[in-house]
Amino acid sequence: MLSRVAERIYWLGRYLERTENTARLLTVYSNLLLDLPRGAKVGWHTLVEITGSQGEFSKSYQNIDERSVNRFLLSDQNNYSSVISSLALARENARTTREIIPTEAWEQINKLYLFTKENMGKATARGPRHQLLQDIIAHCQQITGLLAGAMSHNSGYNFLRLARSLERADMTTRIVDVGSITLLPSLTQPSGAKAEPATRPFANMIWMSVLHSLSAYQMYRQHVLDRVNGEDVVTFLLQDSQFPRAVGHCLGKLESCLKYLPNNEAALKQVSMAVALVNDANIAELLDSGLLEYIDELQVQFANVHACITETWFLPVVSEQQQSA
Amino acid sequence: MQIDWKSYNPGAFYDELISSPGHPRKSGRILARYLASLKSDDLQQRKTAAELAIKAMGISFTVYSEAGNIDREWPFDIIPRIITETQWQKTSQGLEQRLRALNCFIDDIYNDQKILKDKVVPAELIAKSVNFRKECIGMKPRHGVWAHICGTDLIRDTNGQFYVLEDNLRVPSGVSYMLENRKVTKRVFPELFENYNILPITEYPSHLFDTLAAISPRPLDYPEVVVLTPGIYNSAYFEHSFLAQRMGAELVEGGDLVVEDDCVYMRTINGLSRVDVIYRRIDDLFLDPEVFNADSALGVPGLMRAWLKGNVALANAPGAGVADDKVIYTYVPAMIKYYLGEDPLLENVPSYLCVDEKQCQHVLANLDKLVVKPANESGGYGMLMGPQASKKERAEFAKKIKANPRNYMAQPLISLSTAPVLVDRGAEPRHIDLRPFVLQGRDTYVTPGGLTRVAMVKGSYIVNSSQGGGSKDTWIVSDEER
Repeated sequence: MLSRVAERIYWLGRYLERTENTARLLTVYSNLLLDLPRGAKVGWHTLVEITGSQGEFSKSYQNIDERSVNRFLLSDQNNYSSVISSLALARENARTTREIIPTEAWEQINKLYLFTKENMGKATARGPRHQLLQDIIAHCQQITGLLAGAMSHNSGYNFLRLARSLERADMTTRIVDVGSITLLPSLTQPSGAKAEPATRPFANMIWMSVLHSLSAYQMYRQHVLDRVNGEDVVTFLLQDSQFPRAVGHCLGKLESCLKYLPNNEAALKQVSMAVALVNDANIAELLDSGLLEYIDELQVQFANVHACITETWFLPVVSEQQQSA
Repeated sequence: MQIDWKSYNPGAFYDELISSPGHPRKSGRILARYLASLKSDDLQQRKTAAELAIKAMGISFTVYSEAGNIDREWPFDIIPRIITETQWQKTSQGLEQRLRALNCFIDDIYNDQKILKDKVVPAELIAKSVNFRKECIGMKPRHGVWAHICGTDLIRDTNGQFYVLEDNLRVPSGVSYMLENRKVTKRVFPELFENYNILPITEYPSHLFDTLAAISPRPLDYPEVVVLTPGIYNSAYFEHSFLAQRMGAELVEGGDLVVEDDCVYMRTINGLSRVDVIYRRIDDLFLDPEVFNADSALGVPGLMRAWLKGNVALANAPGAGVADDKVIYTYVPAMIKYYLGEDPLLENVPSYLCVDEKQCQHVLANLDKLVVKPANESGGYGMLMGPQASKKERAEFAKKIKANPRNYMAQPLISLSTAPVLVDRGAEPRHIDLRPFVLQGRDTYVTPGGLTRVAMVKGSYIVNSSQGGGSKDTWIVSDEER
């Protein structure tokens, strides 16, 4: 497989997954806000922070409110990490690897892009927006299924899968961030006020919606057999090896994909460092203090994995597109 | 948009479906009856379905001049064009014969130049040809074939006879659209396929692969065949990707290839991997910056060295364009006699060469009746449509001809045949041509039918997609109704 093509397929995998994840994030956040009383002071700014795009946001928007944040993350074509931008990039990478991926997969990706582009303008009210996001998520899963069922599980497919696993692991840590940020004293209390954030009474509900956003609620209940609580949720989402969106599972997948590729030593080493970081974490302690910093550390390690993959398999060819991780 | 054939008037032109108002040709009777039976809503719905299918399948082409949205949906008319198998057979043989002769000619030009010595073709034409590549002199490609893939443009005059308008021997495009047009028609009019015996065209990619594999310099069971594209901004990128996919070949860009020890390799995730055959969709002059255009970022340094040493096969071979020249074109019937000792089965459109003083005088005196074409342009660029041009345009063009007579040839305006095209109020005749694709390697192959291009503007003769032309599915049907 050509290095250039491997790289494009890798980005196809990442952008497809990012599309789905961003749509999930928007859905869960809307739902969460519906449940919380006004005094809870959870703001839309959190969402902009999770996606790491505060700078980009403040360039084009003055108020951080439901309307602007949703526009920013769903339909803003100037925002690099919006759903429509991710889809456009997924489509472009699919268009330029049409000789490799199954034709039906290209057609579905193309259709999803055209569909989203046509409907995103109408999705300003909560009802239509919810429907659109659900459609996007379902369509993404259809494409994932189609690729699994129609593409040979060869090097190309391995790049697609490892890209998906890495993107997914990254997004799961960001979604865990949502839970913890909302519950952190510093962000929810005016400075100088005493601890105990206003959201604390709703902790249970917030963690539940975190689970829902990853379609993890049901699997969590089966696995944990206890009421929903922060420690168990974070442990499940970070360390579980069986739930497909748990970081532990994603890293395992990543490892198994890498094993099929040539010259994989360096990349495997980076992944095993990430695995160690996850397994050695003391979640109870981190929840008391240091979870945000820990998650940052984890995301830096994911970036190292990405850099190593790029260096090992893609670099021989100078990439024309400036693609950001 | 109900269709009423009684109000459909092809006038003096040869219409391929309707011979006179209300009277379909025999081969088209079922189609015409079927179309007329469709209600306006139904027709509109089929048209929309085709547009949606093209959009969803991502069948597109790229327009150079448009910034931003560079990918345009392929323009397509849903009414298929019908040619009978008997009519087609002779044409098909003529196409094969023509390509065989053209390949003899190219091989001769770069080796013994017998045809020049025998003064069948004037030597000065070659000396002044911009497509002659001195770097190729002495080269002997496998099977003596230089042009492996040829797209020949055919037109039909008022009697319905086929004429060759030009041969495209460099990097002819359009075959993917031919294949996709059929796919769209199957989605839109599946019921019609039950009533007609239509020759299938889906085998083209297999034939193309076999043709390419047969010229591999290494005798392998599975030679590495790649398609070399200038990249995603090329107008035919869709086709490059399409053909690579259908052949299961790698689609490479110049940057993916590297020449070491006069062999070509591609950069893969496993390291360098040897390449045997390159179906190149890049013009000669961009192939190798060491030999041709030094600024070319599209090509591969050292590629010509590897080819001349016989370590890699290029299709079409560099220099094949020497026969793809509208002046050389006029000598093709003579070549067929010279090399094959056969009479041409397909006729040329009568032509005047400006390089010949007498003929040039005739051209200049009759500019208002002629179509003048530059020798080496494609895509309909740089030509003069005499009857439609203004006086000023003709005067300016006359200057160009006088300045460089070798570069021009002229033909009478042949009345292109027409076929019905769906418009808002029903069906109207539009002019069409046909580009069949011919392959030659160890064996030869002609596509049953080809790409029908349509001048979508009423009365226009310009069929090029880069200038607003459209297309139709083309059916070669057996004469017996099923």
